[in-house]
Amino acid sequence: MANPSLWIPHVEAFIDDSRSPNQKSASLNAIAALVKKDLLTLETLVRDMELYLTTTDHIIRKKGIILLAEILSCISGKSLNASTIGSLVEFFTSRLADWQALRGALIGCLALLRRRNTFGMVKGGDAKTLAESFLKNVQVQSLAVEDRKLCFEVLQCLLDTFPEEMVTLGDDLVYGICDAIDEEKDPRCLLLTFHLVETLVRLFPEPHGFVADFANDLFEILGRYFPVYFTHQRSDELDIKRDELSGGLMRAFCSTPYFEPLAVPLLLEKLSSSLPLAKLDSLRYLNNCITCYGAVRMMKYAESIWSALKDAIFTFSIPGFSFPSTVESVREMEPLGDQIAKETLVCLQTAISELNHPKANSFLGLIIEDDCIEKAFSSVSGEKCYAVCSKESKRQFLALGSILSTSSKVSSDCCDRVFKKFFISLMGILEVTPNNPEHSFIMKNNSFPKAVSFGAIYICVELLAACRDLTLSTEVLPQQFISMHDGWFCLLKSFATPLMCYLGSIVATLDNSISVNEDHKQEVTGYAVKGLQVLSTFPECCSPISKDVFKDTLAILVTVIKDRPGDTYVWRLSLNALVQIGLFVDKSDDSQKAMCYEEFVVQRLLSWFSSDDSAVCLSQNLEAICEIGMTKWEFMLAATRWLEQAIFAKILDACVNGKSSSAEILLSLLKCYSHQVLPWFHKANRFEEVAMPFAINVWKLMENTSAFSANSKNQVVLDAIMMTMKIVVSGCTEENQSLIVQKGYSVLLSTLSLISAKEQAAFPAFNLEGFGFVPNLVSLACKDEWLISLFSSVLIALRPQTIIPDVKLILKLLMLLLLQGHVPATQALASAVNKWPENNNETQGSNVCSFEEAINLIFEMDLSGLLYSCPFKKLRDLTSSEEICSLFRNNDRNPFIIHALEGLAWIGKGLLMRGHEKVKEIVMLFMKCLLLNQDEIITTLQDGSGSADQSSFLARLAADAFRVLLCDSDVCLDKKFHATIKPLYKQRFFSSILMVLLSSIKGSGSLWTRAVLYRAFGHVISNTPLAAVIVQANQILPPLLDALSVLSSDAMDKDLIYSLLMALSGILMDDNGKEAVLNNVHSIIGRLIGMISYPHMMIVRETAIQCLVAMSGLPHARIYPMRSQVLRAVSNALDDHRRTVRLEAVRCRQAWASIASRSLHF
Amino acid sequence: MVTGLINANPVVYERKERHLRSSPVVIDEYAVEPIDQLEIFEHVRDIKDPEHPYSLEELKVVTEDSIELDDQQSYVRVTFTPTVEHCSMATVIGLCLRVKLMRSLPSRYKVDIRVAPGTHATEAAVNKQLNDKERVAAALENPRLLEMVDECLAATYI
Repeated sequence: MANPSLWIPHVEAFIDDSRSPNQKSASLNAIAALVKKDLLTLETLVRDMELYLTTTDHIIRKKGIILLAEILSCISGKSLNASTIGSLVEFFTSRLADWQALRGALIGCLALLRRRNTFGMVKGGDAKTLAESFLKNVQVQSLAVEDRKLCFEVLQCLLDTFPEEMVTLGDDLVYGICDAIDEEKDPRCLLLTFHLVETLVRLFPEPHGFVADFANDLFEILGRYFPVYFTHQRSDELDIKRDELSGGLMRAFCSTPYFEPLAVPLLLEKLSSSLPLAKLDSLRYLNNCITCYGAVRMMKYAESIWSALKDAIFTFSIPGFSFPSTVESVREMEPLGDQIAKETLVCLQTAISELNHPKANSFLGLIIEDDCIEKAFSSVSGEKCYAVCSKESKRQFLALGSILSTSSKVSSDCCDRVFKKFFISLMGILEVTPNNPEHSFIMKNNSFPKAVSFGAIYICVELLAACRDLTLSTEVLPQQFISMHDGWFCLLKSFATPLMCYLGSIVATLDNSISVNEDHKQEVTGYAVKGLQVLSTFPECCSPISKDVFKDTLAILVTVIKDRPGDTYVWRLSLNALVQIGLFVDKSDDSQKAMCYEEFVVQRLLSWFSSDDSAVCLSQNLEAICEIGMTKWEFMLAATRWLEQAIFAKILDACVNGKSSSAEILLSLLKCYSHQVLPWFHKANRFEEVAMPFAINVWKLMENTSAFSANSKNQVVLDAIMMTMKIVVSGCTEENQSLIVQKGYSVLLSTLSLISAKEQAAFPAFNLEGFGFVPNLVSLACKDEWLISLFSSVLIALRPQTIIPDVKLILKLLMLLLLQGHVPATQALASAVNKWPENNNETQGSNVCSFEEAINLIFEMDLSGLLYSCPFKKLRDLTSSEEICSLFRNNDRNPFIIHALEGLAWIGKGLLMRGHEKVKEIVMLFMKCLLLNQDEIITTLQDGSGSADQSSFLARLAADAFRVLLCDSDVCLDKKFHATIKPLYKQRFFSSILMVLLSSIKGSGSLWTRAVLYRAFGHVISNTPLAAVIVQANQILPPLLDALSVLSSDAMDKDLIYSLLMALSGILMDDNGKEAVLNNVHSIIGRLIGMISYPHMMIVRETAIQCLVAMSGLPHARIYPMRSQVLRAVSNALDDHRRTVRLEAVRCRQAWASIASRSLHF
Repeated sequence: MVTGLINANPVVYERKERHLRSSPVVIDEYAVEPIDQLEIFEHVRDIKDPEHPYSLEELKVVTEDSIELDDQQSYVRVTFTPTVEHCSMATVIGLCLRVKLMRSLPSRYKVDIRVAPGTHATEAAVNKQLNDKERVAAALENPRLLEMVDECLAATYI
């Protein structure tokens, strides 16, 4: 048992007014913890607190009671015995009469009432006493918000937990609650009161109970809140939304049918209000009330409900389903209007399905016999053209369509009535007769005696769609059984075939005999296509059309796809219809229909497309076949086979026969294949079933094609094929990838003509040493070029674990090609280095080599075969600058050293991305090249035969290598090609190389060297993520500005200049860069002023001016000295020959002019 | 000093949609885009009317056609139409136009601001005032007037 001295101070702290709320809650928790741990019993606590609980000082008594109550709420999970609870309830019940200390009593009551049975709860009798005391003593209305909220919670808790006891209180309870909730205005309390009413009326369901008596009073209180007017922002601390309040009130409204005589007239009245929100709420409430109050009570309102709904529909109608053109009225309507329209239709549907009492006239009867509907029907069905209608009649169109389609969707009976009334007369207007003997219509030369009424077609298609929805809903709701003998179905069946023919001939008619103008023709054809689609997508069990007619429908639509690609609107609609039918066929598991579809749509289209060899409609054809293919796996497979065949045929055409027109077609085929088909298969998880054969077939093609035409060196085509190949390979598994590599390798070995028979014999011992043979890229035959490029792209896309055959040999071959400057081979090598598994000890074979071996192989590559003057030199041993110079000098006609550097850049990139340390050696080599004494080279070369241009090339190349190292490439070493990427590798490299570069720049004396160093620096800065650059802003800014000035002399560097300027603007805009910018304000502004007149790139000038605008926001004291200088420079920019620059200059001038005085007189 | 508004209820016209100039697909870095009517109009269309929260475009005080321009000769003339004949704000509007163009055009330009013939009671006086260098300079020395002009121009720099 805890010593009283342990907890009494906490009690005192809680009572003490001078303590902070935090201290108070800490004390409360401390006491609660003691009670929880049984170190302090409640009896002891109450006994020791007696003075606090019974004192005549209201404030102290109030706090004492609150403390006790709060402790009780904290220990709701602790079991208490019945007598303790009994005495506590008795205490708090008595305290309810103590208005000065009411808060604590309420909290205590609530804490006790909320206790669960397992831990000991309040007895029913005690709860009743409590409720009586509450009703007698508590004047809820006169309390503060927090207390009122507690009161409602206590009441709610009483009703929820002790319903039997509460019922015995009878009208006292109902009256008391009415009294308590009257005039409530706080939203938090309102949510509680609505729920309270809802619970209360459930307690007294009997017709002559107290609620029935008090219904008037209760509704008088509730009705005032409707429609809920609540404008608080959502960010409000109350965190209550209007929808919650409105929903709460709605549940209260619907809680008892006794509210019906009061609620429904109110709702109908508000429904006719001009406030959209009131309208919307009324519709929602009405919808719920119809179901809750029941048909018997609601039947008498049927007429008024109908007329109210009718008004709303005719005012706010929106298209029932996608109207095949953008309708003006929709765009004008507020979104709220859309909601109203939607709710109206929902309400209409509820009314129709609920209010069909057998004795009285049903709700549907009202609709069908309404003169207004009849009038609308006759005017709409006579309307020829929608586009020329007035706004009023457009509304009428949509309203009538949605009313009829909603009515027929409700049930088979409703559908029956609507059909009997309207469908036959529609058929009469359209002059379609049932079971027309000559139903097989002729596709061509359909001429219509007179223009078709769009209104009739529109209503007709809406009805058909409603029927289809009805039949589809039977699959979900089995109780809505549709019999084949239902009147509407018989009607539909007898008319379906002729109607189909009629719609089909509208679609097939090319002349204007059906229409009054172009708009009308589009409308009519659009809806006819829609009608065909609806008729073909009835579920199998109740399809109104036969298989043959289904085939005919498909044939009509396919003909449109084939013959009318120029008529975009109809073409697109037909394609959409075919896609929808395809999806339906796929879903319905109807094998016969699927076969029909495949035969009549997929196969036909494919055979047409293959016979059509022109490029005119190619993109449309491809689009059509892809979209149709996407509906079902088998269709896509057929389409893909066709596409592959076409691709291979075109490759042959373009490369062997050298037809340039085929090349263009090939490009779009490849684009479709790699951008649409392959991703689809990827999504369908069946990528390899398509990709694998494609890759193997490419190799077979290469194997079987003997000669490529000489003029087929089309780099664009080759690039596209390589990209496709990469995508194909990258999606395959390791096993399949190694199969592809194997196949490719064997093709490569058997056909590579650059290795003559003799060398081929020596191939296993492939070594450049003593080779004496220097292959030349120029001599690479076109086919070899293709083979090597394709093989390289396969290697680029491999997964890391894929096994490559004859690795060492392939590496050597790639090395050789690298030295010839073959870019794909270089990238393949880099990719191989990047993905090489770290340890593959488990697969030690003669063919396999470890990562270390591979790296050594590359680095130890003996260059002596290439560098005849310096034998036995290896790339890594190029140390002194004299050696490089001599190398360079001796090879100025054979740029192997240049290719070697380019290759090293890529290999370095591969190593850098995986985070291998060997990259350092490569970077050091680049640094050496950068620091070569260029002036010396120039003089020696100018003495000899070389030119200065060539000489600077080497260092420039080394500088550009930094771009290769850091930039993101989408053809190689990309994430999608499974590259190994170490996180933050760019940032790491940046921070390690920065100091080296900066110190080299500082130390270099020659202008030339500086220029290339700045170039390298520029590449590093512009390719590193900005965040990393900004951290070093202080060190970077001065050399960055120098780089800008040095590089701006050459027009070739304009892209680099631009990316550097972007880096600078990034630093200017970032808060972390502010300090560095302030330190260098003058030099930055000076440089930017220089950039304003940069002649080679408009966007550089524009960005420079924008940077100046940003600079004008810096503290004026720092920038003021530069003001006149900037203004002068910007004034010149006002006369720039590009408009965007001029406009930026105006803004900049204003920004800088206004920092001192508003006038521009300076 | 007039206390009420000069034209209390002006006719407000719809703004013309801002059509983006179609940029050529292949952009020649060195191509020249001469200053044209539309560019001048872009400069002045958003100037706010001194007494209404509408732009000069909305009140049809200036239109694209009311701008005459010769880029070769570096000459531009803007003819504006005051909303009412006796509008005393005409000079302020003219001053706004002049200041805006002064700030936006290269210094080689000669800017001529005119009231459309027959649209203002004291047309000649206003024209004279607006094209007199000394008077314009003097007007801009007046801090109240300058503040007013800057307020009208504020919307054009966004």
